[in-house]
Amino acid sequence: MRINPRTEQKIVRVVLWALTGITVAILFFIIAFILRKGVPALGWDFLTKNPVDMGKGGGIFSTVVGTIVLTAGALVIAIPLGVGTAIYLTEYTWEGPVTRVIRFGAECLAGIPSIIFGLFGFILFVTKLKFGWSILSGSLTLAFMVLPTIIRTSEEAIKSVPLVYRTVSFSLGSTKWQTVTRVVLPSALPGVVTGVILSVGRSIGETAAVIFTAGSALRLPTSLFSSSRTMSVHFYILAREGISMPNAYGTAAVLIIAILGINLLTYYLMNRFIKKYS
Amino acid sequence: MNRLERNDRLVRLALLIVALSAISILLVITIFIFEQGTPIMFKYGLKSFLAGREWYPSEKLFGLWPMIVGSLYVTLGAMGLGVPFGLACAIVLTEFSSKRVRSVIKPVIELLAGIPSVVYGFMGVIILVPFIRETLGGPGLSVLAASIILGIMILPTIISISVDSLQAIPPSYREGSIALGATKWQTVKMVLLPAARSGIIASIILGMGRAIGETMAVIMIAGNAASVPHSILDPVRTLTSNIALEMGYAAGEHRQALFATGVILFIIIMILNTVANVTASRMKGTKR
Repeated sequence: MRINPRTEQKIVRVVLWALTGITVAILFFIIAFILRKGVPALGWDFLTKNPVDMGKGGGIFSTVVGTIVLTAGALVIAIPLGVGTAIYLTEYTWEGPVTRVIRFGAECLAGIPSIIFGLFGFILFVTKLKFGWSILSGSLTLAFMVLPTIIRTSEEAIKSVPLVYRTVSFSLGSTKWQTVTRVVLPSALPGVVTGVILSVGRSIGETAAVIFTAGSALRLPTSLFSSSRTMSVHFYILAREGISMPNAYGTAAVLIIAILGINLLTYYLMNRFIKKYS
Repeated sequence: MNRLERNDRLVRLALLIVALSAISILLVITIFIFEQGTPIMFKYGLKSFLAGREWYPSEKLFGLWPMIVGSLYVTLGAMGLGVPFGLACAIVLTEFSSKRVRSVIKPVIELLAGIPSVVYGFMGVIILVPFIRETLGGPGLSVLAASIILGIMILPTIISISVDSLQAIPPSYREGSIALGATKWQTVKMVLLPAARSGIIASIILGMGRAIGETMAVIMIAGNAASVPHSILDPVRTLTSNIALEMGYAAGEHRQALFATGVILFIIIMILNTVANVTASRMKGTKR
């Protein structure tokens, strides 16, 4: 039996839209569910008090600090490496075997599961280099994880800076490095920042790589070598061991709100960047 | 050569060293994982490692077969859900929606990628697992639950790469097909999907990689029994869960066996990545 192409199109359109609708609905459901259950637990005390009794009571202050410190540490390591790589790939060389190898490395690194990063960080930083479960080990591991994201987004951003900017700068007698630092990078900044914010999102949400490198101590971290628990790890432990459901929901709500904020910010920056150059 | 030129050469050299960091990190990771994991594989024999059905680390039985099968089942299940939904979204986004609708749906799907995996796992535990237990029976923590949650988690990967490859098709393809009197759906089915084939395949393979590599969400909902599941309602343990569940207390040969699990996972992921890379670059090659 042959179906009339127009009827077929009508049916397919309904099916495709239904599938898309379900996808969008799932997302809204997850966000609404977590926020509805979690927001009542939120409050000034929840954010500024340390967890008490393994997280049964108190707030999540030390895990917020842990998350921020760990993420900041990862960025301090990953930004110079990532942006430097992007500058080299776009400004200082032409397509060839070297760039191909570098790109291949970054692609592969992007595909490696976080648990492998966790294993690696555990064996190298925690045991071999004797950093122990610490902010340092966790930040280094996270930095390696987000490096490909930063490389890729920075590369795209630098590539989209019009060629004229560079030629004008050269014609004024500046060197390559002056051109890069004073003309190209400032123009590419919103794009670079977008990549950095995406990396922040990944670091905040990461659990598997962090739990084996930064540990899960609930104390406030005092140095780079103290173990620290991030919000994601805290949420995982609270939920999995059934320590406190209200606090688990509260932590999840903070995580979701942070991710929402990060996505909005990325979206805003990206739009501004695209408008600027098109 | 004046001072400025010399400085520029130094900068170039420094940047080259920085640029090699990504590839050297990859190398260091490979070396460490293999150095820790391979000795024990050869000590007990590759066959008993890969095909052994018993995983009792305390009795020196390190059979990874249940976990390999487990990862495979869960990943296939996730593909069964993620591919149709992902492709549907990609087609709707590129072909069947107005610009306004697109500007709403696209960020929503990007948001899906940003939600931490523990939150997905948690949703599975709170909603999906009890639902399966009550309606279909079994413990609820199962292949099915893990497949559904993973299927949702890989959607952003499949959608974003498929959208990119559909958008990369020159407009003349669409115009030509429509001019011949084809409907929009016929154009999608007979012209666009074949033209974007390699990109779509690459997106599916990368999605597979994400499903195999996912850890925390799977631990929370898969039940983690180290035995080969007989139905989709049985609990299952994946390669990643095997590592994460026991790493905390493992020592000696047990720890090495977990690294060996990592080696197998690493090899699978590298194969998938290379295949995806090659297919994606073939797509670029044909465009030119």
